[in-house]
Amino acid sequence: MEILMCIVAGLLFAAAVYLMLSKSLLRIIVGTGLLSHGTHLMLLTMGGLKTGAAPVLGENTASYTDPIPQALILTAIVISFGVTAVFLVIAYRAYQELGTDNMDQLKGTEADD
Amino acid sequence: MINLPVLPILIPLIAAIVLLFVSKSILAQRVVSVIASASTVVSAMILMAKVKSDGIQTVDMGSWPAPFGITLVSDMLSILLVLTASIITLCVVLYSFRSIGNGRERFYYYPIVQFLLLGVNGSFTTGDIFNLFVFFEIMLMSSYVLIVIGGTKIQLRESIKYILVNVISSAIFVIAVGFLYSVTGSLNMAHISARISEISTEPIITVLAVLFLIIFGLKGAIFPLYFWLPGSYAAPPAPILALFGSLLTKVGIYAILRTYTLFFYHDQPFTHDLMSLLALLTIVAGVIGALAYRDVKQILIYNIVIAVGVLLFGIATMTEESIAGTVFYLIHDMIIKAALFLLGGMIIYIAGTSNLTKMGGLIRQYPALGWTFLLASFGLAGIPPLSGFSGKLLIVRSGFSEGEYVGAIVVLLSSLAVLYSVVNLFMEAFWKTPETPLPDVKKRTGSLFIPAASLVLLSVLYGVGTEAVYPYVMQAVQTLIHPEIYIDAVLKE
Amino acid sequence: MKTNDVIFQTIAKVVFFMIIFFAVHLFFAGHYHPGGGFVGGLLTSGAIVLLMLAFDMKTIKKGFLIDFKWLISLGLLFSAGTAAGSLIFNVPFFTHAYDYFQLPLFGKTSLHTAMLFDLGVYLVVIGVTMTIIQTIGESE
Repeated sequence: MEILMCIVAGLLFAAAVYLMLSKSLLRIIVGTGLLSHGTHLMLLTMGGLKTGAAPVLGENTASYTDPIPQALILTAIVISFGVTAVFLVIAYRAYQELGTDNMDQLKGTEADD
Repeated sequence: MINLPVLPILIPLIAAIVLLFVSKSILAQRVVSVIASASTVVSAMILMAKVKSDGIQTVDMGSWPAPFGITLVSDMLSILLVLTASIITLCVVLYSFRSIGNGRERFYYYPIVQFLLLGVNGSFTTGDIFNLFVFFEIMLMSSYVLIVIGGTKIQLRESIKYILVNVISSAIFVIAVGFLYSVTGSLNMAHISARISEISTEPIITVLAVLFLIIFGLKGAIFPLYFWLPGSYAAPPAPILALFGSLLTKVGIYAILRTYTLFFYHDQPFTHDLMSLLALLTIVAGVIGALAYRDVKQILIYNIVIAVGVLLFGIATMTEESIAGTVFYLIHDMIIKAALFLLGGMIIYIAGTSNLTKMGGLIRQYPALGWTFLLASFGLAGIPPLSGFSGKLLIVRSGFSEGEYVGAIVVLLSSLAVLYSVVNLFMEAFWKTPETPLPDVKKRTGSLFIPAASLVLLSVLYGVGTEAVYPYVMQAVQTLIHPEIYIDAVLKE
Repeated sequence: MKTNDVIFQTIAKVVFFMIIFFAVHLFFAGHYHPGGGFVGGLLTSGAIVLLMLAFDMKTIKKGFLIDFKWLISLGLLFSAGTAAGSLIFNVPFFTHAYDYFQLPLFGKTSLHTAMLFDLGVYLVVIGVTMTIIQTIGESE
């Protein structure tokens, strides 16, 4: 199961890299979203996958999931939610202001500094 | 007061919240910002005195005992850096009054600066690796806002690249923390250190070391990963640039210093040699940039890269002397970079351009600015008795005694290059006959000059008073060289 | 283009309150069961977005009377204030206090200071989400 999850995370990373290498700004942002999904999946796998019990220490502690990775993922999700929001708004403003979402034209030259 | 280590983090947070409420009134914002920054400095000083007398201070947040909850750890290194960061922020806030512009002031500039300080102080203080990530994110999120605030075209363009680079490095950070957690089963840095020393021969530790070097190298701008820095840092105005240049990259360096002395000191022939090589390449890359550009901002920005290389070389040499040199140089570099960027911002403000070929002859009208800038330049290059000297001396000397001749010589030569680049900047901006005669009207720069000059003064005092600072730095170095001190203080064994 | 969305508007008015109540339920469930300020806040802002879809942004903004940015500050104040309260009692930062109370209507209830913190999170989440949506949505 862990290996499958690692492969899925790897696929997500591959897709993210592909999207982030493209020229459209929106695709890049979608790419960062996929990247953080892959990261979170990876993090979940790192704690070891167990099925059938809540991540809480109850009366019967025979099988429980490690709660730490879940707490970490929750934090990481909230952070990536915030970053994606900021990124989207800035990209939108940049698109309005600069009139393009093509990274080639966002390079900037000496002349317009 | 058992919560003393929290104060330098809590005061900026409370201040930022209050500032959000009074965002309509610029005057109130300025007053609250200054009061808050000053009280952060005071609380950091009190905490430093406490750490000096009683040793490492820790707070187990939420009363969860050490390896389970998040622990804030104030050892001497962290509190020295917290104090420096707070002083710099205070000066930058004072400098911002007349330079940042009303539009930015009304658009949450001051709260964001306080949030940035919160992130920086938190990163220096925390003793939990995931919490370090969270504070990094607070700091980065504030820097995203600061880099784009004002919304000029160049800022929007550069901020996209800056955010993208940092999003990727954050993702790698989370993965690396996940790796570290699956290997050691803990997130508390002291606990991780203890666990790693039990399994130090495992090759996975070396993999982790390189991963963390990549992450912190991206923030700290070491050789192949500094590509984003010159473009992004040139976009925002001077006070923001001063904050970025003096604080953000140094947090990356601090993180490398902390992790490489606490976690990854077992496989030194590989990790530290790799770091040493990267350090030298960083210096070379920085020198090339600093000598090639004819632009005030770019020259100073490439000097950041050079300093990062020198610091990294100090960490890579990894002797007591070189770590002491690194700590000395780290604090010096934070202060002097902030001062130089503030002075550089004044030059740009006066000349109306950052292009060196278009300015000149400023010394006639602004002699005080000129000589202060020259003094700061000498300090940056490390001319005795100014502040850069002792740190560089220790780093170079330990390089020679460890047989790292090439590295030590490169560091020495880099000082020459630094001196040449900044003195060249001085000659071009102040001494050269300008192409177009300067207007007779003198711009008012007093309120800009005082904060910048006080940072230069602080740097001079830091250089002259090295003897007084020495015991503090040595206490910081002892903790770094002997991780047991840190571990015992946190886990209370 | 004017579309006839009477059905949508009528349903939205009812569903809005259902979502809000569910959000509040989730918020209070957050101590011992899944839920909490973050989810509650997201749901609440979801409800507001539903109203915005059914009517239009200006009407809803007028109806709410409060600036969502102000909610962010208020929420932060709650959260930071709760955490900082531990300074007064000289216990480690973020230490929370709780006790069981016999309340009318509710019976035996446990009240935490962590709930105040969560209330802050709830407000911040609403404020942030709505600010983002307004920023992107307004400039059409």
